[in-house]
Amino acid sequence: MTTSSRPTNPASSPSDDPSAAAVTGPLHIVFEPGFFSSGTVHAALVMGAVVAAVTGTVGTFTVLRAQSFAGHALGELGATGGSAAFLAGTNPLAGFVGIAVISAAVIEALGLRRPRTRDLATGLVLGAGLGLAALFLYLDTTSTSTTGASITILFGSLFAVSNSMVPSVVGLGGLALALVAVCYRMLLLGSLDADMAAAKGVPVRVVGAVYLLALALAVSLAAETIGAVLSTALLVGPPASALRLTKQPGRAVVTSAVTGIAACWLGVLLAYDSYYWPPVRHGWPVSFLIVAIIFVFYLGVDVCSPGRRHRRPVLEASADA
Amino acid sequence: MFSGYMLNTWAAASMVAAVAGVVGFFVVLRGSAFVAHAVPHGAFGGAAGAYLLGVNTLFGLGAFAVAGAAGIGWLGRRGRHDVVTALSLVVMLGLGSFFLSLSSEYSAEVYSLLFGEVLGVARSQLLPIAALGLACVGAMAVLYRPLLLASVMPEVGRARGLHTSRLEAAFLLVVAMATTMTVPVVGAFLMFSLTIGPAGAARSLTDGPLRAIVLSVSIALVTVWTAIAISYETNWPIGFFVGLFGVGVYASARGWSQWHPTRPAAAG
Repeated sequence: MTTSSRPTNPASSPSDDPSAAAVTGPLHIVFEPGFFSSGTVHAALVMGAVVAAVTGTVGTFTVLRAQSFAGHALGELGATGGSAAFLAGTNPLAGFVGIAVISAAVIEALGLRRPRTRDLATGLVLGAGLGLAALFLYLDTTSTSTTGASITILFGSLFAVSNSMVPSVVGLGGLALALVAVCYRMLLLGSLDADMAAAKGVPVRVVGAVYLLALALAVSLAAETIGAVLSTALLVGPPASALRLTKQPGRAVVTSAVTGIAACWLGVLLAYDSYYWPPVRHGWPVSFLIVAIIFVFYLGVDVCSPGRRHRRPVLEASADA
Repeated sequence: MFSGYMLNTWAAASMVAAVAGVVGFFVVLRGSAFVAHAVPHGAFGGAAGAYLLGVNTLFGLGAFAVAGAAGIGWLGRRGRHDVVTALSLVVMLGLGSFFLSLSSEYSAEVYSLLFGEVLGVARSQLLPIAALGLACVGAMAVLYRPLLLASVMPEVGRARGLHTSRLEAAFLLVVAMATTMTVPVVGAFLMFSLTIGPAGAARSLTDGPLRAIVLSVSIALVTVWTAIAISYETNWPIGFFVGLFGVGVYASARGWSQWHPTRPAAAG
């Protein structure tokens, strides 16, 4: 987390791998030698799938509730949590999750629910959090010199995850999914039409707070494993595309999770292959490749979908008010 | 504290605070806090690209800020605004990480672009800052009335023949310009805090737009001056003080306006 600003080579010399010969024929063009036998790639594929599934599910509601800014801010505040944990010498994941949950609580406590002012509350918390991060990093650097920490937290890398992180990430991700699952129907109703939900007796405020907690959990573990940039991309991109493709919420959740996983895996594959690409033969950043895939997919859906202005999906109308 | 190179710092920071206060008023009014975060933050990817190509980082910042603002405006016509803002941000930052991977040894300079190097402003930087700052304030003065109407009552604005989407594009361009001017001086994060903290506080203290702008600029100036002074004395990063003051000022303003729910009718 504190050493390098870019992904390390997953396999310093892939062609030396003895099992490379197993991949032959046409597959060889797609999968460079050693792809299936590299432990780093396994960890990246597993972690990418877990994180993409969690953020894809949680993100569907983020998009419906127009809370992308909160989703991004909570991820970026991981810089605060990471630097605080480093300063205190504790587990970084604890710092990430702790700060995200505290920030979510403060955003909720500022009690602004209209989209305009809600983004303001998010922004103020983000500004204060980044200020704290600057202080922590300053205090860190004066003692141990870790200038690149903020950059690492921002960009992260799937190739830097280790298998030992899997249990805690799966556990926290499962908790976030459980929170969403428990209040799925109420959350859906509250996200689509808060007034009608309140009239039907849904505790809109409580559901919103529970959702923000789920968002904080999902985003902070994503930011800790794959970086704040990629976590935002996975949280917003696949769900936004999925909501264009289908208007059925359940199907949108599944579509966005599957799209996110596919984007991650394709990105990992391309990043692995890119060690043979110009201009510099030490690999393209995996985060960049996944972000590019997600964005191109969104653009494709955007251009192809019939939903022009006069036919915007019903789902979009509610949060613009 | 007031001698030699520190004079450049005071001048640059004051100009930045004034522009942030003016632009921030409309950012808060229009609820575009995310855009105000995304454009400066994403523009940092352009600085990485400029560094790679060996040109002045100001060009990279400007190019990415304008491209990002244009992208948000263009995609935002068809999709959710917060969604396209988030996607534009991650694409710009993703490109930044790609550029960073091509060059070597950049970490320290990146760090300074995110968190700012207020205490190291060179005299040669002052002129471009002043020019861009004047351009921003001038553009806001021209846009003031139509943008105000389009932000507060978009329906009425459209009925009166205003092109709200063009106005929005123009406003996004001003944000991009302010970004190019401020990020090299105070960094992306500080710029963001300065934009929304004081303006948010001013908005909850007064309803009059002009009074809110004056108040927002004053709060921004006081914030940045205090932060520089304390930062100079303690050696702690200035971003810490600005970020905390932003929340503090906003919270006190909200508390004040709730304590005095019925404001005295237009005293002045």
